[in-house]
Amino acid sequence: MGKTIPLRQLAVGQRARIAKVDAHGELGRRIRDMGLIPGAEVEVVGRAPLMDPVALRLKGFTLSLRNNEADFIAVDIDAKPRPQE
Amino acid sequence: MSANVIVALAGNPNSGKTTAFNEYTGSRQHVGNYPGITVEKKEGIARVDGREVRVVDLPGTYSLTAYTQEEVVARRVLVEDRPDVVIDVINAGALERNLYLAVQLMELGIPVALGLNMIDEARKQGLRIDAARLSQLLDLPVVETVARTGEGLKDLMSAAVSHGDARRGTPWKPLEISYGPDLDPVLARMVERIEAARFLTDKYPARWVALKYLESDEDIRALGRAAGPLAAELEAMAAEVARHLEATLNSYPEAVIADYRYGYISGVLRQGVMTRHDELSQRLAASDRMDRVLTHRLLGPVIMLAVLYGIYEITFAIGEYPMGWVEAFFGWMNATASAALPDGLLKSLVVSGIIDGVGGVMGFVPLIMLMFMMIAFLEDSGYMARVAYMLDRVFRLFGLHGCSVMPYIVSGGIAGGCAVPGVMAARTLRSPRERLATILTAPFMTCGAKLPVFILFVGVFFAQQEAQAMFALTLLGWGMALIVARILRSTVIKGESTPFVMELPPYRLPTLRGILIHTWERTWQYIKKAGTVILAISILLWAAMTFPQLPEDRTAAFEAQRAAITAQKEAAEAGGEKAAEAETADADKSASGAAVAEAPAGADQAGEPSEAAAEGEKSDPFEEQLAAIDAEEAAAGLEYSIAGRVGIALESVTGAAGFDWRTNIALVGGFAAKEVIVSTLGTAYSLGEVDAEDAGSLAERIKADPHWTPAAAAALMVFVLLYAPCFVTVVAIKQESGSWRWAIFSTVFSTILAFGLAVAVYQIGTAMLAGG
Repeated sequence: MGKTIPLRQLAVGQRARIAKVDAHGELGRRIRDMGLIPGAEVEVVGRAPLMDPVALRLKGFTLSLRNNEADFIAVDIDAKPRPQE
Repeated sequence: MSANVIVALAGNPNSGKTTAFNEYTGSRQHVGNYPGITVEKKEGIARVDGREVRVVDLPGTYSLTAYTQEEVVARRVLVEDRPDVVIDVINAGALERNLYLAVQLMELGIPVALGLNMIDEARKQGLRIDAARLSQLLDLPVVETVARTGEGLKDLMSAAVSHGDARRGTPWKPLEISYGPDLDPVLARMVERIEAARFLTDKYPARWVALKYLESDEDIRALGRAAGPLAAELEAMAAEVARHLEATLNSYPEAVIADYRYGYISGVLRQGVMTRHDELSQRLAASDRMDRVLTHRLLGPVIMLAVLYGIYEITFAIGEYPMGWVEAFFGWMNATASAALPDGLLKSLVVSGIIDGVGGVMGFVPLIMLMFMMIAFLEDSGYMARVAYMLDRVFRLFGLHGCSVMPYIVSGGIAGGCAVPGVMAARTLRSPRERLATILTAPFMTCGAKLPVFILFVGVFFAQQEAQAMFALTLLGWGMALIVARILRSTVIKGESTPFVMELPPYRLPTLRGILIHTWERTWQYIKKAGTVILAISILLWAAMTFPQLPEDRTAAFEAQRAAITAQKEAAEAGGEKAAEAETADADKSASGAAVAEAPAGADQAGEPSEAAAEGEKSDPFEEQLAAIDAEEAAAGLEYSIAGRVGIALESVTGAAGFDWRTNIALVGGFAAKEVIVSTLGTAYSLGEVDAEDAGSLAERIKADPHWTPAAAAALMVFVLLYAPCFVTVVAIKQESGSWRWAIFSTVFSTILAFGLAVAVYQIGTAMLAGG
């Protein structure tokens, strides 16, 4: 079992599993509607030129969300970072 | 017509739902708006096994909460119109997430059929889906489709229609899934109470209502409060279970419900429905490679700027040709009508009011078509989402969204655009507050119609720094748009920024058909709506600039002048050159209407009246004089009209910004279309028809007028840049914001803002000129 960190701290290419989503209301709903729920596997596939928002890969699709929105999501890092090619 | 079957199409955005809709209905579709909101309502007729089927395209949604307008609309259509069956178009490659909507549809109880769309891509990604098994587990038809090629669509529709037939006449059968030990008991109690009281059950299943109460769904709660006293009790039950969850699990009902829904889905998929032969990161490989370049830290923005600039260039460079044809056509209409009708009010109404007014609207059509063609391409290809992704950080500072860039640029963020397609381009924004702020500020940009005004005054007063001055105006437009957006977002359009959580769909080559249908829809809407309103307004404006007409004695005075000149001309033609010495040039007077004013023109300015008369293409001095008298009469008529009186009356106010009555009239005309500012100014200066593109004579006149100082010119340019959008834009704002309220707000607010700034510029500028 790895450790739990905020999603914001994931590096590009790093994978993790969502541990907890703390967002309420509109944001919380939107995050869940998009499949960002505890247990979902995510990988950071990129960051916008100004480092925000971040692009996340989930099963079969890519999402973008802002850093301050990513702050509501905690992830477990149990996978090794994927080597960048 | 046989039994009318209603089929609703539901699905996530980017699932291929619209493509499927276009394939089903072809050109037989109707696009409208749901009353009061800007969500599009699309319907069409499809033919299935000899039957006519009404296909309703629901807005693309990820869920059935009351979180966006789209979701509320989708829900309303389902419960109010009660379609016979819903086809949920699913992106097979993201099956888990797409089933989240399907499960909610099934919980509502309406008959559902699933289309596993883009099954070809899913297969390529190494996904194996057992459609038969899924169909069996969910107890509904599941058909594999590729909407882009039409594969499987027919089977899907047939299966859906027969599923609807089989279920017709029976009550909806809501799916019941377990929400765990914390929620199930309270759900059961709520259902019991709801059923006993028949609370909202005429439309909604009891368990669904209970769930919505637990999800604190505002839409249902509002309905409930109107429906009966049980509402308060249900809200209390929901609140209690929320407290309990908070205390025991540090969670809340919405989150728990979502977890169990996803849990149900993965439970189904694990029963041999789906196998993934790949790993998370190896899929979507081609799209990822493109993103590595297209959203690269340095290359990304450069490419984006090139693409945005390219779109702008293509729209306006190519658009110029069809625009020219349309203008030529209306020019021809104008000439034909002028020739066919006798002089008088009717001719003036038809030519200046109707043909020019409608021509002005239709002139935008080619631009709008091209614009939407390109926007449709960017959207359908997936690039638009990347633009928003890259720019969001910047625009968010101003309370906007990454997608705001497109409307800004089209409106004239690169000088020379047009706010009409610009405002319409704001449709790509899914966040209502950000979209409204964008719509209200996009008209501050330097659109093509403002340019002649700038060129004229910059040419006269800032000739040494022409390029810098034009650039400064463009920057001012951007600055004001962003600052005002920020202000609006913290005052009248207050509210949290809409979550950005957004899908970055894989890159795809758009289909030509999709783009054409999309383009035509938008264009036709524009022609219909703008056409009618604009026609009415242009007639009104024509009336304001025409009535009341000059009184008899004054027209008679001009008539007498003309008669005198004509007589002289005839005498001269009879008596040779003798008359040449007696020639009198046009009097450079404000049209006071004094009888035959024959003051000799200032010799050094002689070039100017002849230029004005050059419109009459003759250098015959008598013709020049006649043209000058016509121009003077037109100026006198304009001054005497309502618009003129308004202009004069406003002088006391606008004097603070350095505008005289002539400027005021021109600016009043500019409310209709900024193109008329220069030409109206020309009329007010008794120059006859002034071509906005070639205002040499007007420039001379302004240069000579002591009233015009660099400060006054700068104030005017600032005012023109920022004041009320033209009527066509105002109509577009109404259409896009869904209410006249915002259109009127935009007009009033912009004008006040522009005037305030113009006064500041004039006063400070005048003080500086006096001091320096």
